[in-house]
Amino acid sequence: MTELSTSQYQRERRRHLAGRHRSEKRFKAYCIAAVTTAIAVLMLLLSSIIYTALPALTETTLRMELQLDEPAQGMFYTVEELENVNWRRVVSNALYETFPEVTARREKRELVAILSLGATDAALAKFKANAVRPGDVVSVDMPVSDDIDLVVKGVINRNLPESERIVSDRTISWLSVLEAENRIERRLALTLFTNGDSREPEMAGIKGALVGTLWTMLVTLAASLPIGIMAAIYLQELAPKNRFTDMIEVNISNLAAVPSIVFGLLGLAVFINFFHVPRSSPLVGGLVLALMTLPTIIIATRAALASVPPSIREAALGVGASPLQVITHHVLPLAAPGILTGTIIGLAQAAGETAPLLMVGMMAFIVDTPTDITSKATVLPAQIFMWANNPERAFLARTSAAILILLSFLLFMNGIAIYLRKKFERRW
Amino acid sequence: MLSPVTKIQAENVNVFYGTNQALYDVSVDIPQNQVTAFIGPSGCGKSTFLRCFNRMNDAIEGCHMNGRIAIDSEDIYSSAIDVVELRARIGMVFQKPNPFPKSIYDNVAYGPRIHGLTQNKSDLDALVETSLRRAGLWNEVKDRLLAIGSGLSGGQQQRLCIARAIAVNPDILLMDEPCSALDPIATAIIEELIDELRQRYTIIMVTHSMQQAARISQKTAYFHMGKLIEFGETGDVFTNPKNEQTEAYISGKIG
Repeated sequence: MTELSTSQYQRERRRHLAGRHRSEKRFKAYCIAAVTTAIAVLMLLLSSIIYTALPALTETTLRMELQLDEPAQGMFYTVEELENVNWRRVVSNALYETFPEVTARREKRELVAILSLGATDAALAKFKANAVRPGDVVSVDMPVSDDIDLVVKGVINRNLPESERIVSDRTISWLSVLEAENRIERRLALTLFTNGDSREPEMAGIKGALVGTLWTMLVTLAASLPIGIMAAIYLQELAPKNRFTDMIEVNISNLAAVPSIVFGLLGLAVFINFFHVPRSSPLVGGLVLALMTLPTIIIATRAALASVPPSIREAALGVGASPLQVITHHVLPLAAPGILTGTIIGLAQAAGETAPLLMVGMMAFIVDTPTDITSKATVLPAQIFMWANNPERAFLARTSAAILILLSFLLFMNGIAIYLRKKFERRW
Repeated sequence: MLSPVTKIQAENVNVFYGTNQALYDVSVDIPQNQVTAFIGPSGCGKSTFLRCFNRMNDAIEGCHMNGRIAIDSEDIYSSAIDVVELRARIGMVFQKPNPFPKSIYDNVAYGPRIHGLTQNKSDLDALVETSLRRAGLWNEVKDRLLAIGSGLSGGQQQRLCIARAIAVNPDILLMDEPCSALDPIATAIIEELIDELRQRYTIIMVTHSMQQAARISQKTAYFHMGKLIEFGETGDVFTNPKNEQTEAYISGKIG
């Protein structure tokens, strides 16, 4: 082998170095490409959901002048009298008067179908809110049915041949008349947030599911946090090291990987069939989700406890703190940010869970908003799943809107986790 | 010269980590109000022995000991002894400064608070001030008692730890290489402090620095491989060691 001179060595080294720099740049480019792809896919997904959800944010109303001819006891109708009125007939008559040429029974039914089933509620509410005498004319904005709503929003194209859309030419011509009379308006769809579930998409809202989710999360938090933290403290700080505690440790780690539907089956067998916890209630759902969240909390808490430096424990023991004081005065406060983060992430995971709730009856059509943890309830992801299964086209937008609400709920929870971690983070 | 009172008496102490024996038949008498230095190469068991005096080894999994250690003629391993109370009588300062991530005030006040040593806030304030003064830190921190303790320099942190230890009014101070993480200036300050502290406390110090042992201790114990090789007046051990292993270590031939 020939001996190289110093300058030759230097040249070799430089040649080699150039190659190293090149591969470094290449590697960096791959990484950037990966991140960009991920962001692009995410943006695509999000924008498609937002685009689909947009129609659900507004609702179309039809303004009609309504008049009651029933006699009243006093000068004005009382609430009771108004509630006894056959509103369906009042509303239908108003439509028939607007289109006197419609006489055939089938056509009349089609005409009435322009309005939502919820139109009568809107009329009653408007009459209740005002003092009305017999014969007074009250103009009421009433929601239209979901198909008409989609025609107005342009989701259903009215220029298509009749055979390719679900709304007939006849209906479209009536709609055009009503539009020409400036009776059709669009307004912000607050019903999405103020209503419970409904078979009619234009009346379906997520209030019930949202409140159900909150109750369920409350139960999950109350059940899993104390048990999780206590179990983690015992395993990490107090338990003797032996085969039994080793086995518990391994099993907790395995529990985190158990498919969530198994927890649902367990909940069905134990909570409902054995303990007779009410089916479909936030209580049983929350307990099932607590089972699912426990391993996450225990693992996060143990990691947080383990990351507290031993020197702090020794210092506390050294001045005569009892083992309990070492934990409560020093270890827990220092581990708190980690515990909080783990808990909130566990809860966020649980809030997005559908499968285990299927087994305990929370995947149910429930119109009323739950008032406590034992009333019938459903949760956001279950609501999304059920809406997605509905055949009415208008549910598509509602589903996407509900997804957005669930996403913002989760984003909010994760935001809290980050905020708390930053706030309580301490250095030593 | 009056022979000093024996504060701690250790007889035939054996310590095991699991099946590993770390100390073999160690017997020493630690005199009151003096500084006793434990020297020896790494892994010789001197820190293990130090931690026997306040039973810090209890917390270590698989560690057990036999033999007898008595403080003021009272066996500290007897079942009548409460470890928490024992540790209140024996302060400890560790190798690396380890203040709590709390304010300087709370660091010092923590011990008195958990032991209920003071009745009211002004007593506690006074105790914190005295402790910080004795640790020679008062003048440096009196204006920022509520600042976080870990914001101090390494030497200040170590003096804060000493203040924290003496705030619970112990009789004995155990120091496990208290200067090994400090620069020479901070070391000099601490050494001076230790010399003052021995008026009030019986001090046992583990050190790697033979010069330090020679400078500040009255008694020196030399450990090797878990055995106490030599124990005596510091002057004798350094100038006229009886054992040739000690001589080799002190003169820098081994260790």
